[in-house]
Amino acid sequence: MLTSQFLTYVAFFVLSAIALIGAFLAVTLRNLVRAALGLILSFMGVAGIYFVLEAEFVAIVQVIIYIGAISVLILFAIMLTRGLMTSAASTQNSQWIGAAFVGMLMFAVLFFVAITTNWPLAQPHTISDLIPRLGADLVTTYLLPFEAVSLLLLAALIGAIVIARE
Amino acid sequence: MPIDYLPILVMVVVVVAFAAIALTLSSLTGPRHPTAAKLEPYESGMPPFGSARRRISIKYYLTAVLFILFDIEIIFFYPWAVLFRQLKLFGLVEMGVFVLILLIGYVYVWRKGGFNWD
Amino acid sequence: MIPLQFYLIVAAILFCLGLFGALARRNAVAILMGIELMLNAVNINLVAFWRYVKPAAPTMDLAGQIFALFVVTLAAAEAAIGLALIIAIYRSRDTVNVEDVDLMKW
Repeated sequence: MLTSQFLTYVAFFVLSAIALIGAFLAVTLRNLVRAALGLILSFMGVAGIYFVLEAEFVAIVQVIIYIGAISVLILFAIMLTRGLMTSAASTQNSQWIGAAFVGMLMFAVLFFVAITTNWPLAQPHTISDLIPRLGADLVTTYLLPFEAVSLLLLAALIGAIVIARE
Repeated sequence: MPIDYLPILVMVVVVVAFAAIALTLSSLTGPRHPTAAKLEPYESGMPPFGSARRRISIKYYLTAVLFILFDIEIIFFYPWAVLFRQLKLFGLVEMGVFVLILLIGYVYVWRKGGFNWD
Repeated sequence: MIPLQFYLIVAAILFCLGLFGALARRNAVAILMGIELMLNAVNINLVAFWRYVKPAAPTMDLAGQIFALFVVTLAAAEAAIGLALIIAIYRSRDTVNVEDVDLMKW
């Protein structure tokens, strides 16, 4: 299965490139609407990486929630707060060099940890009946977080409506 | 296996190639007589008015918030619904609690007039 | 099989790009976009660990994916509230530039 292996590698590198290029555009572009479109590109790349990892449900959730809902919310927020992005003022603040340094330092640390740690690896996990298993775990092992999420959503719903309404 | 997605990859390649070829060919071979009316942005047949760069109303944001918060529920509803029969009454009661708590928010938004457009 | 480290490195780059965005941007919405990128990077790590690393207990063998799903839920709630706050700030102070929102600075 050499070709299958090879194609998986190709898919992984292409999708990673999409995710990283999108992220780079999202944090550097001056026009915020374009930056948000770069963010959507990045979300799509990440969803593809989930498919390569055989976590299909998370990938679909990524598409539905991140691309379908959060991106729309961000675009609406940009359109609601216009004015700043049409001006010629720089979109980066004065500490951007320090921020770049912190980012690179953080990357160096994470890279070092990822390479040198001896991870307790197992045979790659595949679950054939993934979604029923998720459902069973949600209402047994993860019952408390599951119910807590409904409270979180209730608080977010009421909070967002109260804060955003005029 | 990721290799099972090969047909989707083939479809993506074909779709992108088709769109690229169709657009390139028509822009290369088609005649071009631009007029002011032809260069206007297309707004489903309506004459366009105003700038696209003005601020939109907050109502759109509130609708999007309602959408996102009820959209998240599918993460939890879908795996539960697949297994609904095996979980029996226990699963039903748990999901009932989940929905009941969210229903409080729904009623609140309703009473607050969040669903009214004007 | 793609080694686990490849995923971790991609996630690390994504996280640091998001960190840079969150630290260097002026616009509050752009800062929130950086935070969303960081959450995405964390999710890649969680799912990659789910696939490659031995679970602590047999009942926990879906923990990575379930964690990722809860992170997505939190990210959505956070985006809804955070953007609502930004809109409220914009309405009262007419700016979304975080450097101009310095009422509590000393």
